[in-house]
Amino acid sequence: MPAAAVLAAFILFTSQMTLAIEVKRVHKRFGGLHALGAVDLEIGTGEFFALLGPNGAGKTTLINIIAGLMRASSGSVRVMGYDVVADYREARRMLGVVPQELVFDPFFTVRETLAIQSGYYGLRNNAAWIDEIIHHLDLADKADANMRTLSGGMKRRVLVAQALVHKPPVIVLDEPTAGVDVELREALWRFIKQLNRNGHTIVLTTHYLDEAEALCNRVAMLKQGRIVALDSIRNLINSIPGCSIRLRLSPDILPAALQSLMSSREEGYYILAIKEYSQLENVMAALRVAQAQVLEMQVLQPDLEEVFVKIMGNTRSQESASA
Amino acid sequence: MSGFPTLLYKELLRFWKVGFQTVFAPMLSTLLYLMIFSHVLEGRLQVYPGVPYTVFLIPGLVMMAVLQNAFANSSSSLIQSKISGNLVFVLLSPLSYREIFLAYVLAAVVRGLAVGLGVYLVTLGFFDVPLRSFVWVFVFALIGSALLGALGIIAGIWAEKFDQLAAFQNFVILPLTFLSGVFYTIHSLPPFWQGLSHLNPFFYMIDGFRYGFFSVSDISPYASLGIVAACFLAVSWLTLRMLKAGHKIRH
Ligand SMILES: Nc1ncnc2c1ncn2[C@@H]1O[C@H](COP(=O)(O)OP(=O)(O)OP(=O)(O)O)[C@@H](O)[C@H]1O
Ligand SMILES: [Mg+2]
Repeated sequence: MPAAAVLAAFILFTSQMTLAIEVKRVHKRFGGLHALGAVDLEIGTGEFFALLGPNGAGKTTLINIIAGLMRASSGSVRVMGYDVVADYREARRMLGVVPQELVFDPFFTVRETLAIQSGYYGLRNNAAWIDEIIHHLDLADKADANMRTLSGGMKRRVLVAQALVHKPPVIVLDEPTAGVDVELREALWRFIKQLNRNGHTIVLTTHYLDEAEALCNRVAMLKQGRIVALDSIRNLINSIPGCSIRLRLSPDILPAALQSLMSSREEGYYILAIKEYSQLENVMAALRVAQAQVLEMQVLQPDLEEVFVKIMGNTRSQESASA
Repeated sequence: MSGFPTLLYKELLRFWKVGFQTVFAPMLSTLLYLMIFSHVLEGRLQVYPGVPYTVFLIPGLVMMAVLQNAFANSSSSLIQSKISGNLVFVLLSPLSYREIFLAYVLAAVVRGLAVGLGVYLVTLGFFDVPLRSFVWVFVFALIGSALLGALGIIAGIWAEKFDQLAAFQNFVILPLTFLSGVFYTIHSLPPFWQGLSHLNPFFYMIDGFRYGFFSVSDISPYASLGIVAACFLAVSWLTLRMLKAGHKIRH
């Protein structure tokens, strides 16, 4: 075989191996409801990835299919190269899932729950790692308490711990911070970031877009079962041209020349939307001409939330146009 | 290493932690049956020659306890996990459907045998029950409880609510056990009812089990064993197919 062909085969092989999750043309129907429509998604190993979308968009359905908790109506899914149906045992070893629902087994304590969960993966002498997870998730005080007696936020931490007992290379968290206090939220993300630095692939869903923006490299936005955006956070934010300026003036009157730029008004502040930074000069000039004194001025960058609102709104108007 | 031993251990721990309800309470109710029925019927029913009615009754009641508790164990464990949602922990793991089947069936067998053995040991303190062949007793208890354990898995998968499970228990399992000759030999029945009893798989389990104690039975224990084993294989096949397809548990 020529060396080039060997090299090409090798590159193909390794590029396939680096995919943590590969979703191909996945459809899911619940009776008449088309919950997922032709979803294609590739997540590389080591990524910190967010799956975003409004309630009912299909995030949990997609996660359930990846985890083997649901079967796709058609299409295929691989986790670290293993098909989730044909090679389900290997695929499930590669995956740790934190379910969205607060589920627990009321018969057991926290430590028993974790020991049993690692036993399901064939890991019997896992106490050292279990202790480490308990420590990182701040569960030490509750380690021997029955699951029933835990508060909602603590039950959520145990769910996270359960997903990690077998040190899966791919970790999927379905709204892990819903109902979790600020302190734990920070501790949780610190721990997850550390896992990501150690090479674990992280996929999460959240309705807190600032959280996704701060943590993730790449996001997919789902709407009514379809992926409507898939890109790095930087590209998505850059796709929104311009920025906003927040001004406080004395006297508190916006010069007539700038009225057309005003996007909204907060108490004592004017918010102007400009398309490019060069427009800033025109704004300053108009203020000088009107002899308005600038008391305060901030330049606001667009954020993920703005992108999200725009994309969800856009596709809505497209739909109503086609309807 | 496989996750099977852990799932089995968890299933055993689950009923053992509430052993008062799952082992002691059914023992008590079985012993109450024994007290009441033997008090009312002793001396009035002629069953096997030379065997007092109460002594005849004991193996039947023991087997009834074995079967009912085996069924209760797998069915209630499954429906509880399904309704509370913690079945996902098993479904997320690499456990195969065969391992899941085996763990639930074995836990059901252990619970059934524990209750049955408990009842038997208590009655030994009061009555002289012969034990002619331990092997027959054990084989029928084992296959019978495994069969009911598998049936419990089917019921637990099928039922979506606790009352559906209760209906299955009250309208299928309970009548079949009561009408299987626990309290009488079917030879005392009119021909029509005798014929009907032969369609009841529970009849063969009780009859074969009782043979191990008295070396007397309504039909040959080999025939009973064949029928019970065939039922077990058929039910297991169906259960495995349901688990493999993820029927009602992996949508
Ligand atoms: N088991 C099911 N049977 C029928 N319909 C379902 C089932 N599970 C989900 N659906 C439907 O599929 C759609 C997608 O639901 P899904 O739970 O995936 O949304 P989601 O994006 O996770 O929403 P949320 O942000 O509220 O968690 C919804 O319309 C939901 O009603
Ligand atoms: Mg969801």
